Amino acid sequence: MGRYVIRRLLQMIPVFIGATLLIFLMVNVMGDPIAGLCGDKQCDPATAAQLRKEFGLDKPVWQQYLTYLGHIFTGDFGTAFNGQPVTELMASAFPITIRLTIVAILFEIVIGITLGVITGLRRGRPVDTGVLLLTLVVISVPIFVTGLLLQLVLGVKWHWIEPSVSGDATFGELIVPGLVLASVSLAYVTRLTRTSIAENRRSDYVRTAIAKGLPRRRVTTKHLLRNSLIPVVTFIGTDIGALMGGAIVTERIFNIHGVGFQLYQGILRQNTQTVVGFVTILVLVFLVANLLVDLLYAVLDPRIRYA
Amino acid sequence: MRGVTHARWAACAAAVALAATACGGGGGGGGGNGSGVLTSSWGDPQNPLEPANTNEVQGGKVLDMIFRGLKRYDAKTGAAENMLADKIDTSDSQNFTITVKDGWKFSNGEAVTAKSFVDAWNYGASLKNNQKNAYFFGYIDGYDKVHPEDGSQQTADTLSGLAVTGTNTFTVKLNQKFSTFPDTLGYVAYAPLPTAFFDDHAAWVKKPVGNGPYTIGSYTKGSEMALKKWDGYPGDDKAQNGGVTLKVYTDNNTAYTDLLAGNLDLVDDVPASQLKNVKSDLGDRYINTPAGIIQTLAFPFYDKKWDTSGAVKVRQGLSMAINRAQITDTIFQKTRTPATDWTSPVLGTDGGFQDGLCGDSCEYNPTEAKKLIEEGGGLPGGQIKISYNADTGSHKEWIDAVCNSINNALGNDKACVGNPIGTFADFRNQIGQHKMPGPFRAGWQMDYPLIQNFLQPLYYTNASSNDGKWSNKDFDSLVDQANAETDTAKAIKLFQQAEGVVRDNMAAIPLWYQNGSAGYSENISNVALNQFSVPVYNEIKVS
Repeated sequence: MGRYVIRRLLQMIPVFIGATLLIFLMVNVMGDPIAGLCGDKQCDPATAAQLRKEFGLDKPVWQQYLTYLGHIFTGDFGTAFNGQPVTELMASAFPITIRLTIVAILFEIVIGITLGVITGLRRGRPVDTGVLLLTLVVISVPIFVTGLLLQLVLGVKWHWIEPSVSGDATFGELIVPGLVLASVSLAYVTRLTRTSIAENRRSDYVRTAIAKGLPRRRVTTKHLLRNSLIPVVTFIGTDIGALMGGAIVTERIFNIHGVGFQLYQGILRQNTQTVVGFVTILVLVFLVANLLVDLLYAVLDPRIRYA
Repeated sequence: MRGVTHARWAACAAAVALAATACGGGGGGGGGNGSGVLTSSWGDPQNPLEPANTNEVQGGKVLDMIFRGLKRYDAKTGAAENMLADKIDTSDSQNFTITVKDGWKFSNGEAVTAKSFVDAWNYGASLKNNQKNAYFFGYIDGYDKVHPEDGSQQTADTLSGLAVTGTNTFTVKLNQKFSTFPDTLGYVAYAPLPTAFFDDHAAWVKKPVGNGPYTIGSYTKGSEMALKKWDGYPGDDKAQNGGVTLKVYTDNNTAYTDLLAGNLDLVDDVPASQLKNVKSDLGDRYINTPAGIIQTLAFPFYDKKWDTSGAVKVRQGLSMAINRAQITDTIFQKTRTPATDWTSPVLGTDGGFQDGLCGDSCEYNPTEAKKLIEEGGGLPGGQIKISYNADTGSHKEWIDAVCNSINNALGNDKACVGNPIGTFADFRNQIGQHKMPGPFRAGWQMDYPLIQNFLQPLYYTNASSNDGKWSNKDFDSLVDQANAETDTAKAIKLFQQAEGVVRDNMAAIPLWYQNGSAGYSENISNVALNQFSVPVYNEIKVS
């Protein structure tokens, strides 16, 4: 088990370097960021040159990248164009997005798996067909439509919620945005669980368990669910990274000043330091989430542990 | 049927969860009651909040609340009136003696003196401070020493043209005659700065201290700024409310939704997609007033194809082929007004605005347009590409409409196409590198309400914003004469003659004047936008 973890950790290094390098190149291809700093006017050449020097933009890209990597290991993510250290931006943005992601994941786990189990156990019945239709609708409607619709109906028409989230972004305020963010994945979780449950229900060990006279509840939770959760756990695990990075749309709609907002601003203003810094962290989140998923496998299925 | 009950239970749980947020989120709204503080939408400022470094509206909004300069532009007429300036004297339009009024202080108690201005201006001009508005000090003698244009080492730290002559007086020597110079001093780049700014710059930028009617209570970067009324403010334009809380919105659609839900008092940028509903949503609480912004199509004169003798006719023809009235009506819902000159109506006729100066060239006339373009040798390369940035400002819609209008007039589906450029920075980049393949969108928001500001930076040879590199000797000499003219009325006449040269050459196609738009809640009243389309915050009353 220990060697397995170490091997996985070592694999993260090339992925990390490759991903940051790619982002670095992509942001740099977009052109000179200083040009956009002066609005519809031309920056005066002397000031522009001075700024370029200050942000190290006058050096070749590979040199910029190496300097950047070097700084990262000392925890220095550079400075955004508005004079704020990127770490400060991260300190304000990540807690909010993490809260949003937790809410979304909880929705996925609680509602997604529950609906999946129910429909999996009742394949072909009206409940199953109904939920399947519902998930189809959720998957096919783009997330910004769901978001704007809920915001309009719950926020403006019924006054159940505030249409925008305040700067504190407490858990309570994030419930609706979290549901919106989770909606599509939630539908997938439902479908995955359903298929998995339906398949395993016919397997020998379930039949044996039932034949032994175990209570139905115990068969479902201990035998059936535990084995059926492996693909679902994979999906949810990889989804953590996707949710954090993909929250841009949801965060814009509900005015959440999280990672998506900072990334959007960074891209719009071509703020290399912000974009690369945030993406670097997101890559790390993705890698760690994947590692956790693999470790969870081992917990769920002893066969993987010893392989 | 146990499963069904389970499902129903889950649905109920979700509904309860939703309802719970309603209970939890109800407290924060309103804002305007009792305390008299209003909430307003805001965007994250792009630069650190320093007067000489702020060149966009969002940061400018704050500086307008916490600073007062030598002059201030009347919110209604745009006239530059003395604020901190007691008098500004000159005999030759080049040497000015400025007297600062007594009794003004910064909100930290420090007195505003002549030195506060001179220090601030020296700081703003100095190359090593990277101030994006440094060019505002370019008319002051010695600018080339503190801000060498080629970016080499600066040979002086202070402007030789500035001298403190007394506690409240200082002199300014310009490097050329500039009769309307005093009227430019209302711009925020010329604001005075307290010694705290120079002593502990980092702390000051975190929480700026100024001399305006408001002080900054708290500032959470990227999220919210709470401005409080400053009770010790010595000026006449005291704040009529207890304070203003600026909330950063990621999207102006969300701000508008918040306004409708009663969560926000003022939105100073109604999103284009809501313009259709805004009248029925807000009624009288929707403001749509002209601002000092003009949109034009500029041309790449550095490209030989656009610098031919016949190209003037082509440009005039293109201008005639654009159905301005239809586009401003349908796409902009009348928040723009078809342009008939190269300035802005906010200047007023006394200030140099001339309704209809453009004449027939700005009237929609497809047959004449086609004729002119053919006479001028046709479109360069048979097709024009209009460049714009596709990331912000929804420019695609109107560019496509302009192209449609041109294509219809010429009876050719491929005569005009849009050329989207991914980001604004890249758009500016390509403009700066002179890579525009054809006409490109140009917008000009005035720095101060002067006709000079609409002409000189845009069309003077090698001027800072002359992106198309247009150059004309007659124009340049008329501008020089106007700047040297001490009589303001005569100076404006000369600027208008210079504008005539722009028209005769169709140096840029004027499209429309932009309005400022705002919507507000029932909590507040006496809301107006100034010529820069920024709300006059200190006059807003909270009920």
